[in-house]
Amino acid sequence: MTPLHYYLLLSALIFCIGLAGALARRNAILVLVGIELMLNAANLNFIAFWRYLPADAAVTGLMFVIFSIAVAAAEAAVGLALIISIYRHYKTVNLDKVDSLKG
Amino acid sequence: MILEIVKSFFVMIGKALADQPDAKGNFLDALPESIRAIVSVLLSIVPIMVGFPLLFALTTLLERKGLGRIQNRLGPNRVGKWGILQPVADGLKMVTKEDIVPRNADKLIHFLAPVVLVIPTMLAFAVIPVGRNLVPIDMDAGILFFFAIGASTELTIFMAGWSSRNKYSLLGAMRAIAQMVSYEIPLILSSVAVLMIVGSLSLVDIVNYQDGFIFGFIPRWTVFTPWGLAGCIMFLIAALAESNRSPFDIPEAESEIIAGHLTEYSGFKYALFFLAEYLGMFAISGLGVTLFLGGWHAPFPGLNFVPTYLWFIGKLMLIVCLFIWIRGTLPRLRVDQLLNFAWKFMLPLSLINLVSAAAWHFSAVWDFTGGILVRWMLSAVIIGFPYAWLGRGLAGDKKITLRTYRYAD
Amino acid sequence: MPIAFAIIAALTVVSAVAAMSLRNLVHCALCLAVAFAGLAALYLQLGAPFAGWAQVLVYIGAVAILIVFAILLTRSDAPSQPTFSRSWIVGVAVALVVFVILARAISSSSPVHNISEAPERPEPTIKAIGNQLMTRYILPLEAMGLLLTAATIGAVIIAMREPKPADAERKQNPS
Repeated sequence: MTPLHYYLLLSALIFCIGLAGALARRNAILVLVGIELMLNAANLNFIAFWRYLPADAAVTGLMFVIFSIAVAAAEAAVGLALIISIYRHYKTVNLDKVDSLKG
Repeated sequence: MILEIVKSFFVMIGKALADQPDAKGNFLDALPESIRAIVSVLLSIVPIMVGFPLLFALTTLLERKGLGRIQNRLGPNRVGKWGILQPVADGLKMVTKEDIVPRNADKLIHFLAPVVLVIPTMLAFAVIPVGRNLVPIDMDAGILFFFAIGASTELTIFMAGWSSRNKYSLLGAMRAIAQMVSYEIPLILSSVAVLMIVGSLSLVDIVNYQDGFIFGFIPRWTVFTPWGLAGCIMFLIAALAESNRSPFDIPEAESEIIAGHLTEYSGFKYALFFLAEYLGMFAISGLGVTLFLGGWHAPFPGLNFVPTYLWFIGKLMLIVCLFIWIRGTLPRLRVDQLLNFAWKFMLPLSLINLVSAAAWHFSAVWDFTGGILVRWMLSAVIIGFPYAWLGRGLAGDKKITLRTYRYAD
Repeated sequence: MPIAFAIIAALTVVSAVAAMSLRNLVHCALCLAVAFAGLAALYLQLGAPFAGWAQVLVYIGAVAILIVFAILLTRSDAPSQPTFSRSWIVGVAVALVVFVILARAISSSSPVHNISEAPERPEPTIKAIGNQLMTRYILPLEAMGLLLTAATIGAVIIAMREPKPADAERKQNPS
């Protein structure tokens, strides 16, 4: 049986890979990909803790993950709709060029 | 010891063919300890991997002969008596054809797409109860597994269309994915009505619920209730759309966008796509049989001596013949008609079907004489009235008149 | 069994790194789908089959396809764009610092190290999950329904093509 901290370290690693990608890439869609990776890493954390702690009648960890998956899907849909709308206006999704609000 | 193993092997085959429970037990006990797990897994997998492709070969022949007869011509009849060896000839042709890959194609994804498509399609057979004791895995969340595996085949169609670097492939792949995603919702919602009434996601539980007979001769299958009938029809329509078959075969019909996402595939890779399409059709028909047509149960009380897997395969081939009949009869839908049909007609109706199923379930306490007739009428009206109203409303101002024929003379 | 965990974890990490660093956007999206599959395998290994198959159904079957469609609809024809922003090293450095902090917190936490193996307990059945959803978590469930409805309608409205004034005029006088 793998110890709990292996799962937590893996979750932290995936979170930081997502964070690095979201900060370093300049395509808006890849930033969204990084955000999805971060959400998934948090889900893995929840499930790992839920498994390794004593059982409770209200399966809280599992419920949280189910709602988190639903929310992430909704957020991906709206985010990608926004990106398509931005593309239609600026003709590019390069985040370095979409900066007309910059001071 | 080898003699023991061979003898218990044949005993196991006899037990499995005669529907006895736990056929594998004695055979596995006769084997040495180390290979027991692997042999157990192989015993579950090999019949599926051998049986369903054989059924696929038979179905390609049946389809070509059937379509030929519907179109007033003979099907293939050169290769064996009545064309029986035609699938063998087709297989040899596919294997020996030259495998052409376009120069600009993305080679890795172009190679992986058919391989990755066949894997989930074969995985889907793992939860379907083929006989009384013949389900490879009895999962608690069986239907969720099936739909999840079905949803992951859509990405491979995109891989196939995009890696060919061909405008028409890409367009065909986009249309195919839009169609598959749109029809997933009526597919899942029409099966949720059954899940609601049975109370479990496990396919074995669903088949066990449909045991028994009402009035002594009507089987307790879900299709014999109003919400079950409507659900079965919607499930089969959505299954046709998910397998990209006529009348929903815009993605791959020859007179359309060449062959859509399959344009740049030849030889064995095309055979893999073909195999995956038919296996997908079998898997979804198998699910339809399990949910609506009573799984492996016999239709009349006296026929229990026939083994249960023969009933299952018989019902499966019935649905496949229905699909072939529909292919030969109905014209193809245009892609916007297809999508309108999914979102504006099937989705509201499958939601109303849930209400109808709930009405049936909660009126089960009406057990006065003639109560079952009243319950039937209530559920039928709940689903039938919106069906008629929506159908007329969506037809718009197109006047559909009586068909007249003009013959040349 | 650590060997299964090691293989699945390696696959997930490699595909996550590939998803964030490849040049070709569609390859990134496909590697992301592989990462999602790896995570679903981890959920299954941790004894949560409902979450695992829901992850496959929602993420691989819907979110990955959405991302792929968005990549195709926002392609520009200038192929030689540098893929990383000018200050990419700062982003990677920040992520590295965050990882070091998290790793130190995990390694030095005694409650985590006291739990060395998972308690033997039966998997929660779907019936139990359904019961909880309908009794204890009914309010979040309804809120989720509203959220998904609002998100669907919102996404359709945002991505819809605005009718330009010229089109509206052309519709007025079809001559």
